[in-house]
Amino acid sequence: MRWSKLYTFNCFRGHHGDAGADGPSSDGAGAVGGPGFSRVVHCNNPGLQKPLKYPTNYITTTKYNIITFFPKAIFEQFRRVANLYFLLTAILSLTPVCPFSPVSMIAPLAFVVGLSMLKEGLEDWRRFIQDMKVNNRKIAVHKGDGEFMYRHWEELCVGDVVKVEKDQFFPADLLLLSSSYEDGICYVETMNLDGETNLKVKRSLEATLPLEEDESFKDFQAVIRCEDPNPSLYTFTGNFEYERQVFALDPGQILLRDSKLRNTSFIYGVVIFTGHDSKVMQNSTESPSKRSRIEKKMDLIIYILFTVLMLISLISSIGFAVRIKLDLPHWWYLQPQKSNKLDDPSRPALSGIFHLITALILYGYLIPISLYVSIELVKVLQAHFINQDIHMFDEETGNTAQARTSNLNEELGQVHTVLSDKTGTLTCNQMDFLKCSIAGVSYGVGSSEVEIAAAKHMASGYDDHDMPLEDIWEENNEDEIELVEGVTFSDDRLMHGNWTKEPNSSTILLFFRILALCHTAIPETNEATGSIAYEAESPDEGAFLVAAREFGFEFFKRTQSSVFVREKHTSPNGTTEREFKILNLLEFNSKRKRMTVILKDEDGQILLFCKGADSIIFDRLAKNGRVYEVDTTRHLNDYGEAGLRTLALSYRVLEEAEYSSWNAEFLRAKTSIGPDRELQLERVSDLIERELILVGATAVEDKLQKGVPQCIDRLAQAGLKIWVLTGDKMETAINIGYACSLLRQGMKQICLSIPTGDQVAQDAKKSSLTTEQAAKESLLSQIANGSQMVKLEKDPDAAFALVIDGKALAFALEDNMKHMFLNLAIECASVICCRVSPKQKALVTRLVKEGIGQTTLAIGDGANDVGMIQEADIGVGISGVEGMQAVMASDFSISQFRFLERLLVVHGHWCYKRIAQMICYFFYKNIAFGLTIFYFEAFAGFSGQSVYDDWFMLLFNVVLTSLPVISLGVFEQDVSSEICLQFPALYQQGPKNLFFDWYRILGWMGNGLYSSLAIFFLNLCIFYDQAIRAGGQTADMAAVGTTMFTCIIWAVNMQIALTMSHFTWIQHLFVWGSITTWYVFILAYGMTLRSGDNYQILLEVLGPAPIYWAATLLVTAACNIPYLIHISYQRSCNPLDHHVIQEIKYLKKDVEDQTMWKRERSKARQKTKIGFTARVDAKIKQIKGKLHKKGPSLTIHTVS
Amino acid sequence: MTPGCLIATFLVIGIIFVPFGLFCLQTSNHVAEINRRYDVECVPNAYRGNKQAYIKDSAISKNCTLEVKVLDHMRAPIYVYYELENFYQNHRRYVKSRSDKQLRFGAKYTGESCSPVQWDHNGFPIVPCGLIAWSLFNDTYDFTQGSKEIKVNRKNISWNSDREHKFGKNVFPSNFQNGSFIGGGKLDPTVPLSEQEDLIVWMRTSALPKFRKLYGVIEEDLEVDETINILIRNNYNTYTFSGKKSIVLSTANWLGGKNDFLGYAYIVTGSMSIFMSILFALIHVKCPRPQGDTNCLSWNRKNSNN
Repeated sequence: MRWSKLYTFNCFRGHHGDAGADGPSSDGAGAVGGPGFSRVVHCNNPGLQKPLKYPTNYITTTKYNIITFFPKAIFEQFRRVANLYFLLTAILSLTPVCPFSPVSMIAPLAFVVGLSMLKEGLEDWRRFIQDMKVNNRKIAVHKGDGEFMYRHWEELCVGDVVKVEKDQFFPADLLLLSSSYEDGICYVETMNLDGETNLKVKRSLEATLPLEEDESFKDFQAVIRCEDPNPSLYTFTGNFEYERQVFALDPGQILLRDSKLRNTSFIYGVVIFTGHDSKVMQNSTESPSKRSRIEKKMDLIIYILFTVLMLISLISSIGFAVRIKLDLPHWWYLQPQKSNKLDDPSRPALSGIFHLITALILYGYLIPISLYVSIELVKVLQAHFINQDIHMFDEETGNTAQARTSNLNEELGQVHTVLSDKTGTLTCNQMDFLKCSIAGVSYGVGSSEVEIAAAKHMASGYDDHDMPLEDIWEENNEDEIELVEGVTFSDDRLMHGNWTKEPNSSTILLFFRILALCHTAIPETNEATGSIAYEAESPDEGAFLVAAREFGFEFFKRTQSSVFVREKHTSPNGTTEREFKILNLLEFNSKRKRMTVILKDEDGQILLFCKGADSIIFDRLAKNGRVYEVDTTRHLNDYGEAGLRTLALSYRVLEEAEYSSWNAEFLRAKTSIGPDRELQLERVSDLIERELILVGATAVEDKLQKGVPQCIDRLAQAGLKIWVLTGDKMETAINIGYACSLLRQGMKQICLSIPTGDQVAQDAKKSSLTTEQAAKESLLSQIANGSQMVKLEKDPDAAFALVIDGKALAFALEDNMKHMFLNLAIECASVICCRVSPKQKALVTRLVKEGIGQTTLAIGDGANDVGMIQEADIGVGISGVEGMQAVMASDFSISQFRFLERLLVVHGHWCYKRIAQMICYFFYKNIAFGLTIFYFEAFAGFSGQSVYDDWFMLLFNVVLTSLPVISLGVFEQDVSSEICLQFPALYQQGPKNLFFDWYRILGWMGNGLYSSLAIFFLNLCIFYDQAIRAGGQTADMAAVGTTMFTCIIWAVNMQIALTMSHFTWIQHLFVWGSITTWYVFILAYGMTLRSGDNYQILLEVLGPAPIYWAATLLVTAACNIPYLIHISYQRSCNPLDHHVIQEIKYLKKDVEDQTMWKRERSKARQKTKIGFTARVDAKIKQIKGKLHKKGPSLTIHTVS
Repeated sequence: MTPGCLIATFLVIGIIFVPFGLFCLQTSNHVAEINRRYDVECVPNAYRGNKQAYIKDSAISKNCTLEVKVLDHMRAPIYVYYELENFYQNHRRYVKSRSDKQLRFGAKYTGESCSPVQWDHNGFPIVPCGLIAWSLFNDTYDFTQGSKEIKVNRKNISWNSDREHKFGKNVFPSNFQNGSFIGGGKLDPTVPLSEQEDLIVWMRTSALPKFRKLYGVIEEDLEVDETINILIRNNYNTYTFSGKKSIVLSTANWLGGKNDFLGYAYIVTGSMSIFMSILFALIHVKCPRPQGDTNCLSWNRKNSNN
C-alpha cells in the first residue's frame, strides 16, 4: 500500500462525475433535459408552473390517516401469525365445534389487539403533531408586484420566490438568487443534514445579484431546468435561463430544506424542490417497524409449537374418526343413532375434520395468547424503569433516558456493533487550544485526558497492572478546571504579555499574528456585553481566534478587504488597533490541506501566512525556514500521541514585484471558465506557497463530550465493536479517532480512498477503462492489500484500524465488493467512515447488520443520522441538542453518549435475560399444561372433553400463573447494576445468546414435556379407581381434574421460584399469592352452583382427603427434581460467570478479599485493542521500553 | 443456591418422602379387597356366543349367583362398588348431555343441553334428562352368608352437597325411560331426585373408562374364609361394547382404598433424591469447587486454555 495514496481526495464538485452515493451520474450541463433531468421550474410564474403538477410543500410522515387507520392497523395486527390463529379460533368458537364458551376465546384476543392498536395509534398521532408543526411554519413568499407575504410552509409551490431571514430554516430546496451581502454569499448551517455545525458558504450567480430587494421581483422571470428529485445531498445539476442567457448551476447555489440561514440577514431564493421532492425528504427512509431477535426466534418457536399442535390435533382427529367408525355404534349409551354431523359414525372422515378444528382450539393452550400480552406489559414496565433510571438523568438538560419503543428492550442486551455518529454524539464540536510549539519550544502545561490518565497510572506504580482504571477516572473528573471557553491553555511564559520577555519573541509575535489573521471567520460582537464571538468554518479556527485573543491579539472586525486586530502587548502605548489588508485568500480544502492568506500590514510589507497539515508545510519550507523543524516535529509527534490535532504554521515575506506577477496569474486562473478552473487555481496557488519559514505548531483538543472515552472504553471491554460514521473530513475523523481512543499510535491504519480525478483518468487511459472502473479497480486492490496485511500479521497485540472515505464507500457498498470490504472491516479493531452522506450511513448500517448477522446499534443526534438510526436494529438518539429528528426516529433516546454504557450493560443485560427467561418459562408452563389435556383425550375416546373445568383453563394463563412470570420479567436481576458495570464481560452473555439458544429453549420444552407426563400419569395412577377417602367415595372427573390442576399450579409456581435469583417481597407475594389465589378461587367457585361437579369440591371432597395433599406434594416434587438436578450440576461443575459472582457476593468475599475482587474486575475486561485502557497500556509499554533503553537513572516527568 | 444447599434440599426431600412412602404402603396393605368379575360368568352357557341377545331379551331371567370367599378379615364398614371397564363416561357427547338446572329446579329448565334425550316421543320433558341419567346403571346386588342376609346400606353413598344443593328435593322423575328405546335403570317417580342416591352417584361422571362407583356399605365385619353369596340381577348391557363388569368389596382407611402406587411413587421419588444428594456430595468431595472460586470465571478459564 502506497502511503501517498492514503490522503488523496477527490473534491466534491457537481461537474466532475458522480459525487454522491446514488445520485444520477451526469456529464455536466449537457444532460439537462435528458432522462432524469426533466424538471422545469418557471420562477415567479405560477400560471406556467401549475400545469406541471409538482407536489406542494406539505409533508406527512404518518403511517395511517383517519380512514385507513382501522383497516391498516388491524391488518398489521393480524400479520402476526399467532394473532391470526387466535382470530380463527375466536371465529370458530361461535360454532358448536368449540369445546369452550365463545367469550373465553374472544375477550383475550380483543384485549391484546386493542392494546396494540391503541399504542400504534398514539405513536402515529405524535408523528402527525410533529408534521403539523413543520407544515405550519411561516415563510415570506412573493405575492406579485414586489410584495412579500407570510404563508405556511405547506402552501409553498415550486417556482415561488421566497425571502428567508436570519436563523430561519429553508422551507424547501431553493436556488439562491441574492443575499444581504453585496456579493451574494450567505452562510448556511447544515446541522440537520450532515451533522456539521460549521457554517458553509453559498454564493449566488452573478447574474442574479441585482435582485436584492423586494421591489426587484416585480418583473422577475426565469426558467430553471434541472435534475429530477434525488437523494444526493452534494450534487445538483441544472441550467438557469435568465435574460436570454443560460447559466450552469451547481450545488454551491442550492440551499437545502432543513438547513438554516446564519450570519446573513436575509436571502432571496426560488423554490426548486418542494415537500417530499426535497433532498432531505428523499433521504429519509420509511421508518421500519423493528422487532427484536428474541421475538423473531420466538416466532420460530411458535411455529414449532404450531406444528406440534397440528400433529397432536391430527392424532386426536384420526383417533376420533377411528373411534367413531369402529366403536361408537357399540356405545349405546351415547345414542349413536341420534348423531349429528359432528360425530356421525357413517361419515367418520367428515367428523374427523370437524374434530380437527375442535382439537386445534382445545390444545390452543400450547400457544399462549397471554404470552404476547405479558411480554408487551413487561416491556412497558421495563421501559418505565429505563425512563426512571436516575443514573441516566442529565442534570444539564433535565432529560432522562427514554425508551420510545418498548419492543426492543432485550435487544439492548445483544448488541454486537455500535455505529456512532461523531459530531454532537462523541464530540461537543468544541475545540480547545491546548498547546503550541513556537520556535522549537513547547508551550502549554495543560494535559489532554489521555496524558492525565497515563500519568496517574504511572504514578500509581506501573508494575501494578491490575490497578483498576475507574479510580483514575474518578480522580480525573475532579481536577477539571474550566478556563475560558475554547482555551484550556495555560502557561505563564506566554500569557499576560510575558511572551515579550521570551528569547524568540519576534517569532512568537508572528505565531500569534498567524493565529489571528489566517482564517475565514467572522466576528460577532455581542451588543450587550461587548464580547466577541467567532463564526468560523471549522471549530479549530474558532479555537485559534479565542486563543489569540487570550494572548492579546483580538480579531474584532472583518471587511471585504481588511482584517482588524486589537493588539495588547506589541506597542509600548498599550492596546493598538491594527488593520491588515487582505490581498488574497487561498481557501482550505481537503486536498490542499493548507490555507494561506496574503496580506499587507500597516508598514506596507506583504506577508504570506500559511497554516496546514505538518507534512504539507514541511514539504514547502525554504532552506532557511527549517531551523525549528526537528524540534517541532518531535513536539508534533508528542501532541499527536496525546490525542491532539495539530497544524503547522509558517510564513513568508513577499517582494512587491514577485507578488504582483503572481497575482496577475492568479487572477487569470480565477476568471478562467471551464472545468479546469479548479486545477488552474491549485497550480497557481502552489506557486506562491513555497519557500515558507516554519514558525511553530498548534495542538488543539477536540473536546469530547463528557465521559465519552470512558464509555467507549467500557463498551470495548464489554466486547462491542465501535464504528464511527461521520460527515467530516478524513483528517478530522482520524483526529477524533485518536481523541476517543479508537485510534492510537502504533495501530496500523488501512485507509481506503479513491485516487484523485486526474490520477484515475491517467490510469484509465492506460488501461482503457472508464474512470469509474479504474476507481473500482484501485479500491479493490486496496482492500485486497489490506486483507493481506491483516492476514500476515503475526503479533497478536497488533491492531488495525480501517479508515474509508465516502467516495470509496460508495463503491465499496456495491454488491460485488461489499463482502470483501466487510470482511476486512471485521478484522479491524476500529472502523471510521468519513465524508459519508446520510444515505450511506444507512447503507453501511445495513451492510453490517446483514453481513455480520448480529445486532447493530446506531447512535446519532442529527437529522443526518435518521437513516442510520432507522436502519439499525436499535436506533438511539441523543436528545437535548438542536433538532429532534434523530430522537423522533429513534427507539431509545439518551441525553449523553456516556449513558449508552448503562443503557446497554445494565438495562440491556437485564432485559435480555429477563425476556429470555420469561419466554422460556412461558413455553414451559404452557407445554406442561397443554399436553395434559392431550393425554386425557387418549383416555376419553378423543372426544374433545377436557378434564379441567373451563374456568380453570381460562384462569390458568390470566390469573394463576401470570403475575409471577411478569415479576420475573420486570424485576429479575442476576447481579446488581454495580456488578454489571464492574464486569462488562458479563454483557457478552447477550451477544453470545447464552440464555435463548436452542439448547436452553429445548431444555425448557423438555422440562415442560416431563412435567406434563409427571403431572398427568402420577395423578392418574393415584386416582385410578380406588376410593380416595375413608368414606369409600371414588374420585370422579371433577376431583381428578381439580387435583391435577392443583399440581400444575404448584409445579409451575415452584419452578419459577427456583428460576428467580432475585427475590423481593413482590416476587414472594406473586408466587405464593398465585398459589393461594388458586385455593381461594376453588373455594369461592365451589360456593356457586355454576361450578357443576366442582361444587364444594375443596371443602367437601378433596380438602378432607389426605391423598389429595399427598398427591400435590409428590407431583410438585417430582416435577421440579430434574430442574434441581440441572442447577446442581451447573452450579457444582459448570458454573456461569454470574453464578460465581453471585456466590462471591453472597459469601461477602468481595469485602474480605479486596485485592481478589479488584483483580477479577480488571481481568473481566476483554482484551481490547481499542479504547482508553488499550491506549494507556500502549503508552506504558512505550515508556517502559524507553526506560529500559535509557537506564533507571531517568526520572519520569509526567505532566500535571 | 450453593451446592451444599442443593444437596441438603435433595436429602430433605428424600428423608421425608421415603418414610412417608413406606407408611402409605403399609396403610395400603391393611386394606382388604375382593374383586369379582361377573359379566361373562352370569351369562348362561347357551348365550355365551351371543351375549347381546341375552341381555336384550327381557324374557330371560337376569338373576345370577356368585360365591366369593373372604381372604382377609374385613372390618366394617365394607364398601360395595360396581366396576365398569371400557365405558366412556368421559366422552364429551356424554358429559355434556345433562342439565344441572333441571336436576335442581325441575322440568321447566329442560333444554338443548340434554340433547339427545330431552323430550319424550310426546314432546314432554324428560326428568332427569340427558344421556347420563338415561344410561343409569341398574344391576343390583344382594348378599347372603349361608342363610343370613347381609344388610347393605344404600343411603349416604353420595356427596352430601349433591343431595342438599344440586338435586332438587321437589323434583320428581317424569317421563323417564318411557320411550321406545330404553337405556339403563328406571327411577321411582315418587321419590325426589335428592333421594335417588344411585342416580346422584352415577351422575358424577368418571375420569377414565374404567371406574368404580359406590353401591352401598356393609356395616358388619366379614371374617376370614367366610363364603358369601352374591345375588346379582345382571340387567345392565355392557355386552354391546364389550365392557367388563365387576363387583368389588373393599375396606378403606384414611388413605382411601388399596393404593400401592402412591407409596411406591413416594419411595421412588425419595430414593432418587437421596441418590442425587449422594452423587452431588461425592462430586463435591471429589472435585470441590470452592464457593466463589474465581478460576471458574469465563475469562480465567480462557486464559488457562491458552
